[in-house]
Amino acid sequence: MAKRIDVSDLDIYYGSFLAVQSVNVSIEPRSITALIGPSGCGKSTFLRSLNRMHEVIPGARVEGKVVMDGQDLYGSDVDPVDVRRQIGMVFQRPNPFPTMSIYDNVAAGLRLNAKKMRKSDLDDLVERSLRGANLWNEVKDRLNRPGSGLSGGQQQRLCIARAIAVEPDVLLMDEPCSALDPISTLAIEDLMTELKERFTIVIVTHNMQQAARVSESTGFFNLSGVGQPGRLIEFNPTEKIFSSPDEKATEDYISGRFG
Amino acid sequence: MSTDLRPDAVAATPARNPALRSRRQLPRFAPTGLFGLGVLLGAGLSAATGFSLTLTVVYGVVLGTLVLYVVARRVEGGRKAFDRLVTCLVTCAFGIAMVPLVSLVWTVLENGVRRLDGEFFNSSMLGIVGEGGGAYHAIAGTLIITLLTALISVPIGLLAAIYLVEYGTGRLKRAITFLVDVMTGIPSIVAGLFAFALFALFSGPSIRLGIMGAVALSVLMIPVVVRSSEEVLKLVPNELREASYALGVPKWRTILRVVLPTSIAGLGTAVTLAIARVVGETAPLLVTVGLVNGTNLDPFDGRMSTLPVFAFYQLTQPGVPPEPAIDRAWTAALLLIILVMALNVVARLISRFFAPKTGR
Ligand SMILES: Nc1ncnc2c1ncn2[C@@H]1O[C@H](COP(=O)(O)OP(=O)(O)OP(=O)(O)O)[C@@H](O)[C@H]1O
Ligand SMILES: [Mg+2]
Repeated sequence: MAKRIDVSDLDIYYGSFLAVQSVNVSIEPRSITALIGPSGCGKSTFLRSLNRMHEVIPGARVEGKVVMDGQDLYGSDVDPVDVRRQIGMVFQRPNPFPTMSIYDNVAAGLRLNAKKMRKSDLDDLVERSLRGANLWNEVKDRLNRPGSGLSGGQQQRLCIARAIAVEPDVLLMDEPCSALDPISTLAIEDLMTELKERFTIVIVTHNMQQAARVSESTGFFNLSGVGQPGRLIEFNPTEKIFSSPDEKATEDYISGRFG
Repeated sequence: MSTDLRPDAVAATPARNPALRSRRQLPRFAPTGLFGLGVLLGAGLSAATGFSLTLTVVYGVVLGTLVLYVVARRVEGGRKAFDRLVTCLVTCAFGIAMVPLVSLVWTVLENGVRRLDGEFFNSSMLGIVGEGGGAYHAIAGTLIITLLTALISVPIGLLAAIYLVEYGTGRLKRAITFLVDVMTGIPSIVAGLFAFALFALFSGPSIRLGIMGAVALSVLMIPVVVRSSEEVLKLVPNELREASYALGVPKWRTILRVVLPTSIAGLGTAVTLAIARVVGETAPLLVTVGLVNGTNLDPFDGRMSTLPVFAFYQLTQPGVPPEPAIDRAWTAALLLIILVMALNVVARLISRFFAPKTGR
C-alpha cells in the first residue's frame, strides 16, 4: 500500500548546525520523486529525516512536521521503529551484514524481527526480492556464501533486495546507482518503475538523465553558501523542471552552469 | 601523441634517467659476513682480556655494527649505511627484549619438568612431608576460581561495554569511562583487601572462601573486559547498525543480532586475554582464599588452593629438606605459564574461526 507524505516547515539540525531549512513538499503515492542538487546541500539529510533515521546520529534533531497519511511521524506517540518498518531505505554506500549469507541478508528484515515464516515461503520471498533487484541469476548458486564476498554493485543490489523484501510502503533510495554499471542501473530503474505500482519511491541522484527518465516529480536542493543551510529551491513535475523551471538556479544547475 | 608499446622501442632508448643511476651495492651475504667479522673481532678482544660470554656478546655486537657501517659507507654511500646502522640497532633492541623472555621460559622449563609427572596431577599435599605430593588440589582450585571469576566478570564487563558504546552519553558515560580507567590501575593486593573487607563485614576476619577470591579477581578483571570489549564494539561500522534500524529492527535486537555477532571474534579474544591476565594473580588470593593441603572443590566452604599461592608457599616455606618443595613450586609455575599460553592460543583460534567470512 503506497502512502502519501506531506512535509511542512521542516528544519533539520546536526547539533546546533542547521543543515536543511524550511522544507515544504508533498510526495505523491505511487510515484517516483527525485531529489537533485549539488554535493553537501542536504539531500541525504532530508531523505533520512523522512523515516526518522536522522535522529540515530547523536545530537541530530528535527523541527517541523512529516505527515504520512494523516499521521505525524514525529508525533510524541509514534515509535521510530514502526516508522522505519513502513519506510524502507537503501543507503549511499552498500552495507550488507558481513556475518550473514546472501540468503540471510535478504531475509534479514524478517529474521532480525523474529517473524516466523514457513521455509518455502521464505525461499520464495528471497528469490522474488533477488529477482526484483536483478541479482538472482548472479547469486542463485551461492546463496549461502557471505554477502560481503560480492562486488560493490552486487552488494548494492543485495541491499535493495533486502529493503524490498520487507515490503515497505515507501522506499527511500540514496544514490542507489552510484556504484552500478549502466546495465544494472537500467535494471534498477526498471525495478523502480515496477515498484511504484505498489510503493512510493523517493530517490536521490546526481544523474540528471536518471531523474528525467524515472521520476514524476523532481525537487532541487541548493546551498546559498558554505555553512548556510540547504533549501528546497524548487519542486515541480519532472517535465517542467527539465524544460522550463521556475527558478533560475534550477536551470543553471541542470544545464551545468555554476557560480 | 602516440604511445609505442613495442618492447624494442624501450630497449632502443639508451639514454637513462641520471637521477636513477644504479649505485654500488654490497652483495647479498656481505652484511651478515661483515657483522660476523665484527663479532669475531669482539670475541678476540674479550679473549685477550680474559674470556667472558657477556663481554663477548657486547663487544661483538658493537664491533659488528661498526664494521658493517664503515664498510657500507665506503661502498654504498651515506643513506644506505645509515639504513644498515638502524637495522642493526633495531635488531639489537629486539634481541635484548627477547633475552629475559627466553631465559625465563627456559629456567621455568628446566626446573619445572623435573616434577611434571603423573603424581603431580593426581595427588594433593595431604599428609606429604618431603618427597612426592602434587598440586591436584591447586590446579582444580585455580580452574574453579577462574571460572567463577569469568562468570562474574564477563556479563558485567560486556554489559558495561555495550552500555558505553551503544547507549551512554554525556556525563555518566565519561564518569564510567574514568572509573574503569582508574580500576584498571588498582594494585591487585588492594582488590584482595577489598574482597576480604567485604566478606569480613559479614563473617568476621578469619573467613577464607574460594568465592572471595573470585570477587577479588573480578575487581581486577571487569575493567579489562570493559576496556577491550569497548574497543571491539567500537570497530563495528555504524552503517551496519543503520542498515538494521532501516529495516525496522529495534535497537536492542540490533545489538543482539547484528552488533554482537559481527564482533564475536574480538569479544572472545578480549575475554580470553582478560582471563589470562588474572589467572596468575597471587596477592589477592593470598589474603582471600588462603591454602589447604587437602582438596576442597567447594568455593563456598572454607579455604581452597590455587596454583600461584601453592607456588608461593612451596617456595617460602619449603620445610626440610627444601628441594622437593622448591621443585613443586617450579612445576606449579610451569603449569601457570602453560595455562596462560593455552589461553592465548585459544584467543587466536577464536578470532580465526569466528571472524566474519569474506570471499566467495
Ligand atoms: N553526521 C553529520 N554530522 C554533522 N554534519 C553532517 C553530518 N552529515 C552531514 N552533515 C552536514 O550536513 C550537510 C548536508 O549533508 P548531506 O550528507 O545531506 O549532503 P548531500 O546532499 O547528501 O551530499 P552528497 O550529494 O555529497 O551525498 C553538509 O553540510 C554536511 O557537512
Ligand atoms: Mg548524500
